[in-house]
Parts: sequence; C-alpha cells; structure tokens
Amino acid sequence: MAETAVHTAEHDHHHDMDAHWDGGSRPFKASYGKLMMWYFLLSDAFTFAGFLIAYGTLRVSMQTWPVPDFVFSTIPETVGNLLPGGAHHKPLYFVTFMTFVLLFSSYTMVRAVQEGQQENKKGVVFWMVLTILGGMGFLGCQAWEWNTLIAKEHMTITKNPFSAHTEAGKYLEGDGHDIKAGDTFEPGESYLIHKHGGEWHNLKYEVTEGPNTGQVKQQAFGPKAFGALFFFITGFHGFHVLSGVIFLIIICVNAASGLYVKRKNGYEMVEKIGLYWHFVDLVWVFVFLVFYLL
Amino acid sequence: MGHLTYEESKSKALRIIIILGVITIVEVLFALLGKGYLISGVEFPISIMAIAMIVMSLVKAYFIVYEFMHMKYEVPGLVKSVLLPTLLLVWAIIAFFYEGNGWNKSRANLIKKYKGIEDTQVEKSIGYIDAETYKLD
Repeated sequence: MAETAVHTAEHDHHHDMDAHWDGGSRPFKASYGKLMMWYFLLSDAFTFAGFLIAYGTLRVSMQTWPVPDFVFSTIPETVGNLLPGGAHHKPLYFVTFMTFVLLFSSYTMVRAVQEGQQENKKGVVFWMVLTILGGMGFLGCQAWEWNTLIAKEHMTITKNPFSAHTEAGKYLEGDGHDIKAGDTFEPGESYLIHKHGGEWHNLKYEVTEGPNTGQVKQQAFGPKAFGALFFFITGFHGFHVLSGVIFLIIICVNAASGLYVKRKNGYEMVEKIGLYWHFVDLVWVFVFLVFYLL
Repeated sequence: MGHLTYEESKSKALRIIIILGVITIVEVLFALLGKGYLISGVEFPISIMAIAMIVMSLVKAYFIVYEFMHMKYEVPGLVKSVLLPTLLLVWAIIAFFYEGNGWNKSRANLIKKYKGIEDTQVEKSIGYIDAETYKLD
C-alpha cells in the first residue's frame, strides 16, 4: 500500500496514469494503482491459502480434532439471557453474526464506490463511514471471541483444552458445568477441559467399549496445533481488517476534504480501497468455511 | 460499472448482497443439520457436507470477485492474469491433503507399535485410538 502515499503526494493533477505508465497505452486498460492492487491481492490470496491448507493438512493428519460447532458455541451473556437456554450451546450463532457484519460492510463499500463514480462527495463519505463502522464492529466481535477463548476457556497457542472422545465411556466425576458423574458418551463427543484456580481438571472416565474396555482414563488435551492455527489465521485476517479500517479512515478523510474532487477520476482511490476491502470479505468466506463450517 | 446505469448497478448490488446473505444462512443451517444439531438422528456423511459447503463458498467467492470487485467488467487479460495463477492451489490442496492422510496413517502405525496392539484390532478400532497418544511428542 506504499503506493497510497505516492499517489497522495503527486496527485494534484489528474494524469496519474500517464505518470506511472511510460510506454503509451495502459496494460489491461487499468490504471497503475488498480492493477497493482490486484496483484497484491493475488499474492495475499496465496498467503492465506497457505495458512488454510496447512490447517486442513494438520486436521486430516490427526485422529481427533475439536468440533467447531462445540468450540464456537458461546454468545455474549446479555444477548444469551434473552434467548431460551442462555448464552451456551448456541453453535455458530455468534460467528454467523460476525459474517453478516462483514457482508454488510462489503455492501456499503460497493455503494461508496458507486457514489464515487457519480462524483458525489457526500454519498462517498456517508457510505464509507458505514463501512468503517462495519469493520470496527467486526473487529469488536473478534475481540470478544478471542477474549472468550483466552480468558474463559484458557486456550493458548500451545494448549488446546478442546477435544473429542475417541472411544465410548462413562464419566467417573463431574466438572460442575455440563458433565455429571455417571454421564455416558459416544466416540466423537466433544469436551472442554476446565481450569480452576490455575489447575486443569482432566476428568476421569471408564472406557465402556472397544479393546480398552474397563480401563480408567483421563480426558486428554486436544491437538495442540488447533490453538496456534486458530489464533494465527483469524489474527492474520483480523490484522487485514484492522489495516483496512485504517486505510478506509484515511481515504474517507481525504474524500471529505475534497482531495479527490480535483482529480476528476471517479474517486479511484475509493475504488482501490474497495478492492482491498472486498478481498478481506472474500478471505473471510474461506476462513468461515474452513474453521467454522467444516 | 461500465455497461450498467447508476440505478441498475445500485439495485444489482442490493440483489447480490441479499444472495450472499441467503447463501450464508443456508450454509450455516446445512452445517448444523448435517452434524445432527437441528433434527436429532439426522446426519449427513462428511464428504457430502464438505462438497456442498465448498461449492456454496465458491459461489459466494464468484459474486464477490466478479460483481463487487468488478472482475466481470475488466478486460480478459487482466482477468486471466489474476485468476489463472490461483489454479495452482488445486494442486497444492490435493498434494497437501494426500500428505496429511499419509501422516495420519503413520501416526496410527506409531500408536499401534507404542500400544503393542494386534494389527487386526487396530484396523477395526481406528476410531478408538487413545487420545492420550498426543502426549507422545
């Protein structure tokens, strides 16, 4: 995005394309900035693809993996109190809400670009402000989600208290939350190991089926890669959203100040940040798919 | 937006955001239904779930790239130079998932050795392998 600064400095005259493209005709009939934004986004897509493919590879290499509908099933208390069943056991509710916040901000971004093409300064600023609010809303949701995972559920990049049973059994003790002594479970059933007073409480259970019948075991921690992958990938996406919000604010202020009116190029700067912002939404489609839906 | 008038592109944007929202809701309902959260006892095999959800996500990606990012209105050279390289990812996904499955098998073998369980038993009870073995590292 260094090009932003270059543009802003050079841009009192509106012949920016000719300034960058010396050869005469413009490749692909696109301006320098727009084309370079596309190639930056292409390279960024490969970075995200690398992360998500790593997640998939590690996931299929493990015998068990935390089930997303169980891991991401908490919603804020204040909302949860209005719904039957409280704030827990609401699989994917919160993250679906987050997805809609980001989708909404993508729509307002489209509108800002359209108003820009009409050279309507007021419209651009109005829709950009809504986009910024959408981006901030998404970041707020992500902060809440991370806070729940870190502070309440004690997941770290090296410790993953979420896992799923690999054999059927019967609990010999309860955890004071959902599990009572004597409860039975099937293979594939998820659990969260709780931490009280700085100590982990891995519950004891007796195996009731399969080759280990009769053995007494303790809940094992889940694959440790899960925490690191979750925090790094959603964190990398969140960092893109944060940078996007910062650039949106800068460009919104510039638009409001009338800078782009002088350029008479249909608010191309708004179009370029629009490309970036839609890309952030596009990446979220796949983060949502890989982390939450599958 | 090139060929569209201002009014047309405005209503088109609204139509597309509604489509994206509907697909998202269908995806979530399908994910919950397939895993047995909505109707108890009803579950779909993971392969059907995965294919359906990947297809729906690709449809969403198409709308975002082609309509919101105006790829539909760019010249063919630009479209190709941006989209064709992403086909490399198809190979990456196949190769890495193949490798991941290989790791899964060698992990199972390792567990078998570590536990001293008979071959036949492990083949049958692949789902029963002790989660404790993650502590091996």
